[in-house]
Parts: sequence; structure tokens; C-alpha cells
Amino acid sequence: MTTVRTIPDLAVPEFLGVKSRSRWLSLLLRVSVPALILLLWWYSTSHGWVSTEVFASPGQVVQAFWELVNTGQLWDFGLASLRRAGLGVGIGVSVALVLGLVAGLSRLGEELVDATVQIIRVVPFLALVPLFISWFGVDEAFKVALIAVSSASPMYAYTYLGVRSVDRKVVEAARGFGLRGWRLAVGVVVPSALPNILMALRICLGISLVGLIAAEQVGATEGIGYLVTLAQQYYRNDYMVLCIVIYALIGIGVDLVIRLIERTAMPWRRHGTAAG
Amino acid sequence: MSAHTTEKTTVDVKSSVVRLRGVSKSFGDKRVLDGIDLDIAPGEFVALLGPSGTGKTTLLRLLSGLQLPDAGTVLVPPVRTVVYQEPRLVQARRVLANVTLGQRGKAAREPGLAALAEVGLADKARAWPATLSGGEAQRVALARALVRQPQLLLLDEPFAALDALTRLQMQELVADLCARHRPAVLLVTHDVDEALLLADRVVVLRGGGFALDRRIDVPRPRDRDDPAVTAHRKDYLSALGVTPRRPPLEHR
Ligand SMILES: Nc1ncnc2c1ncn2[C@@H]1O[C@H](COP(=O)(O)OP(=O)(O)OP(=O)(O)O)[C@@H](O)[C@H]1O
Ligand SMILES: [Mg+2]
Repeated sequence: MTTVRTIPDLAVPEFLGVKSRSRWLSLLLRVSVPALILLLWWYSTSHGWVSTEVFASPGQVVQAFWELVNTGQLWDFGLASLRRAGLGVGIGVSVALVLGLVAGLSRLGEELVDATVQIIRVVPFLALVPLFISWFGVDEAFKVALIAVSSASPMYAYTYLGVRSVDRKVVEAARGFGLRGWRLAVGVVVPSALPNILMALRICLGISLVGLIAAEQVGATEGIGYLVTLAQQYYRNDYMVLCIVIYALIGIGVDLVIRLIERTAMPWRRHGTAAG
Repeated sequence: MSAHTTEKTTVDVKSSVVRLRGVSKSFGDKRVLDGIDLDIAPGEFVALLGPSGTGKTTLLRLLSGLQLPDAGTVLVPPVRTVVYQEPRLVQARRVLANVTLGQRGKAAREPGLAALAEVGLADKARAWPATLSGGEAQRVALARALVRQPQLLLLDEPFAALDALTRLQMQELVADLCARHRPAVLLVTHDVDEALLLADRVVVLRGGGFALDRRIDVPRPRDRDDPAVTAHRKDYLSALGVTPRRPPLEHR
């Protein structure tokens, strides 16, 4: 055996896997951009680059915050809004989840539900405010209904998408093992579509804040959406900025909670490789 | 040259396309690969046998750069391709686009079509992956791996999910294509007969190291019932930990 063959230059293979970073570095990187923005805010207001008439300084906002805490209003407002948002999102998300599952799983369901929902989905929910007021009055029912409608549409869209992108072979296999309807949905489809559903939940919780602000503009004396109205009425810049800060804090809270749910509800994401 | 075995094949180190030295890999407490050395010569067809969970796929993933070794060096040639147990085709692209995946321009088209013709799927170039049968999809995966003219072809149980008849056809196809293109091949399989039919050299991975490493000097095309081939079978089965079943007494 004396075939002459040219030997290619050998090298260590380029690493194609996922590089894992230390948790602390990852956390540091995550925090760094918001921290930078905060620093910029503090610096620009304290050095007179930006007038505090236009944008209140961190100090003023913290003071406004303590005011709210000391009068007990923050607690009352938060609780009132939480109740409305919780109820509204709960109702909207449950209905949308069921509709999304039905449309995603069955042909008949898709034909009946999808086109209709997609049409309704385009209607901005804020356009429903006058109509809802005339139906429900200006009390709680109106507010909850508005938030429910606002959160239903992203939930429907993402659930439908998620169900549609579940591996059809897996669904076929599960059908073959006798899983049908409800048990197929709970046992196979929902867990597989969970990434989409949790993404939808993030968006729903964000949109419910918009719903809160719109709903609490009328007939409300408390709530974090009402806080915006209040700040506007009294032309208090510190309160205006405080509202933004509170919403940002809620955003962080929502993000943390969803991350926690993702870790506990989707443990398979942290294990294993593409090879399976 | 005897038709028999040379234990512990040694390859001239300077002329190998794969060179592993002292490669170790652990998952948690489990040491899957324990200081492994392996050389593969250019154009050599090596089959890797081993009980389930011994680290065959892990070894392949180290060679394709999907995983890093805990210790030791892994050296591979620049052009390597992999065929997995499942076809792993991009469902959203047509068959030809899957074959020429990652190659730009019109220039890739002709070789892509030629590769498809080689695996007998010239007429499926414009089909969608979802419309292919399992065997056809796997042939597309093979065409995709060959079109790059790899110096090292990694095959991770590429026939495992196929029916027996298709598997036989695929084995012949692979033997044929490898004889023509002469890449170095590392084929992972559970099938001793398949290994003995296709490979120049059959290696058994067990307990973190190579339990058996033998050159199979039987001319091709091989016949699975050739005594020169079956002579190896018992040794490999016992190296894999399969002891021949005792014949039931009452029938004797
Ligand atoms: N990402 C991982 N995390 C933890 N353990 C792993 C991981 N990947 C592989 N293992 C373990 O390493 C061992 C070897 O896995 P590998 O997939 O290489 O086996 P294999 O020889 O290819 O088996 P099979 O023949 O069944 O395909 C197994 O015990 C497996 O549980
Ligand atoms: Mg494997």
C-alpha cells in the first residue's frame, strides 16, 4: 500500500457548541446598561444639563416615592391595580389560551375561531373604551373587561403559533398512544408550546399596564394608572417621572417572575445537548 | 497479507487525518472518555462499536467541535462533515438548497445536483424535505455531507432509523461512495455485521477506552457470510459483552 496522498494540515476543531459564561459575569452584563442609564440621568440632572422642570432628578423622584409610601397610597394604589390587572389578565389569558388551543389543534376550531379572532384582534382595544363604559359603567367591571380584552389578543396569537409549531410527529405519536382532546393538550401540546405561551404572558402583563392607565383615567381614585392622571392634573414632574420608574420596576418584577417560571416549568431547557 | 487480524493497529502518526491524544471527557461524576488515543489514516474507514451510553456520540461531537474535551488534544482536518441518526434537514428549504447549505452562489448548484444524482435522488432536487421518506431524507443528508468533499466524514448511526432493506441499500451506497471519494470515515454503529461489512478497521469503545481495535483485511466487496468476516464476529460480540446464548438442553 504505497498510494501517495496529500495530508491536510490538522487543527483543533473550531468550537461550535454553546459557550457557557459565568453567572456573575452574565449578571453584570445584564445590569450594566440600565445602571449606565441611571448614572447618566443622575449626572445630567445634577449638573444642570437637563432642567429638573423638564425631567425630575433621581433625588426628587425618590422623595416623591417616599411621599407615596408614607401616606400609604403606594400600597393602596398598587393593591387596587394588582386586583384589576390580575383579574383582567387572568380572564383574558384563560379565554385566549383555550381559543388558541382549539384553533391550533383542530381544523374545525381553526376555521371557526381563527379568522374571527384575527379580525377582532386588529381593533385597538382603546377604541372599545367608550363602548365598554356605556355597557359596564365606569366601575370595576369596565376596568377588568378592558384589561381582559387587551391581554387576550397577544395570548391568542402566541398560543396559536406555539401550538402550530409543536413537532407534528410528536403529536401524531401521542395520538397513537391514545391521547385525545384535553389530555393531548395538557400532556403534550401545552408543555411543548410553553416557551411561546410564557412569552405571551410577558407581553400580556406589559399591555395590561396600558390597559390600567386607560381604564383608571375614568372613575378611579386609586391605582398606578390613576397616578399618571394625578401627575398630569397637578403638573407634577416628579410624579410623572416616578410613574415611569414604577412601571420600569414592575417590568423588572414581571421579568424575574417569568424567568423563575421558565426555570421551573421548562427544566429541560437547562439540560442536554442538541444530540439529545 | 493474511486475511486475519493485526491486533492494535498502528498508523504512521505523520500521515493521519485524525489525531487524538489523551482525550478525556466527563459528565458529572461519569468519566465517559478516559485518556483516549486514536489515529485515522487518510481514506481509512473506521467503524466504532460500543454498548449504548459509552460515549460514541460524545467522541463524534468532540471531533466535530460541538463539545470541548476536559483534557487532551483533538486534531482534525479542515473539511469535516457529519451525518446524524436523523436527517436534520432544514424543513423550510428545498432538497437542493439543503444539500448546498452554507455554500453561496450558482457555483454550488452543479455539484449539489451531482451529489443528489449519486445518491439516486436527482429528481427530488425541488422537493420539500417533509415529502421525503426516511431513507430518502437520509440519502439527502449523505449527499449534503459528500458535496463538500470532506477529508473526514463522521457518521453517527446513520442507518439506525431505517428499515432493514433500506439499510442494506444505504450500506452499499455508503461503501460505494466512500470507495469513490475516499474520505476518512468514522462510522458509529451498533451493528457488528455492518461494521465488518464496511470498515477497514473496527474499534470497540467500552469503559472509557478502546477494548478492541483491529484491522479487517478482507477484500471488497465483502460477503457477510464469508468465513473471514464471521471469524471476527465472535470476538467483537464478546468485546461488546454479548455472550453467546447457551443452547437449550432439551433440543440437543
Ligand atoms: N450533555 C450531557 N449531560 C450529561 N450527560 C451526558 C451528556 N451527553 C452525554 N452524556 C452521558 O454521556 C454518556 C455517553 O453518551 P453518548 O451519547 O456519547 O453515548 P453513545 O455511546 O453515543 O450511546 P448510544 O449508543 O446510545 O448512542 C451517557 O451516559 C450520557 O448519559
Ligand atoms: Mg449515540
